[in-house]
Amino acid sequence: MFKYFEPNKIFSVTSKAPKYVLLLFIIIFSIGLTEALIFSPEDYKQSHSVRIMYVHVPAAWISLGIFSTMTILSIFGYIFKIKNFFLISKSLAPSGFVFNVIALVTGSIWGKPTWGTWWAWDARITSMLILALFYLIYLIAWRIYDEKEQVYKITTIITILGIINVPIIKYSVDWWNTLHQPASINILSKSTIHSSMLAPLLIMTAAFALFSLLIFLMKYNTELIKIKNKGLDRL
Amino acid sequence: MIAEIINMNGYGIYVWSSFGFTILSFLSLYLVVKNQHVREKNKFIVKFGNLNSERAASAKLQKINREILSNTSTI
Repeated sequence: MFKYFEPNKIFSVTSKAPKYVLLLFIIIFSIGLTEALIFSPEDYKQSHSVRIMYVHVPAAWISLGIFSTMTILSIFGYIFKIKNFFLISKSLAPSGFVFNVIALVTGSIWGKPTWGTWWAWDARITSMLILALFYLIYLIAWRIYDEKEQVYKITTIITILGIINVPIIKYSVDWWNTLHQPASINILSKSTIHSSMLAPLLIMTAAFALFSLLIFLMKYNTELIKIKNKGLDRL
Repeated sequence: MIAEIINMNGYGIYVWSSFGFTILSFLSLYLVVKNQHVREKNKFIVKFGNLNSERAASAKLQKINREILSNTSTI
């Protein structure tokens, strides 16, 4: 099955897809921005500051999702010796890192009017900061190690260590008494968010997911061309 | 109406700076990745052009090489 994911076979798709993904992203993001900034209601307690949620929450969700995907790909790549999984994982990391930074910065901006402080060493915020550090270490590892087997091993270890932090991020608001509010959206139980706020949140999440797909495709194509450049050197 | 959207009951500065930071981050990441892509593609074209006819023919046998030279989207 994995042979269908070989770079030589999928390049014709990944090289043409970005322009369509970009177009779709612009459309969905424009709708999301209009909904989030104009049409969605203000909160009875937080007033208009609640609108920060429409960038903060999707960014946090996607950065967690990307790191989890990177971990699964790295583990499978290492066990089954599939180099392409490492390439996909490497191409996902930059957007995951940027989304993590967006979640931290917008969370900090939201904290000022809500809690009266830009930063608190709260369990949720600190664990998100730790995730950003794991992303950073992962990206640095790809830059400093030249030997392929070594970098595969090291990046797999980094993702395995980093993934331990993911459930801590998720449940930190339940396990500890934190400044950060508990989750308003639950898959297994009833969500406490009103549909007029849920709709823009989901639209913005779709837009953010499309943006990460766009960056992934562009980065993946660049990595493939880099490999082909090395191949030409060897000719 | 417009003043209300900008001011947002005094929360405008927080809301707009959050959205502004997000858009700026998107734009920066997009430009950095696009720049890397264009650089690598140009490097590939130069290297391909420097190959002698025999090596170029051998490299052209690979479909992926032909696609990089022809239709790689640089959006």
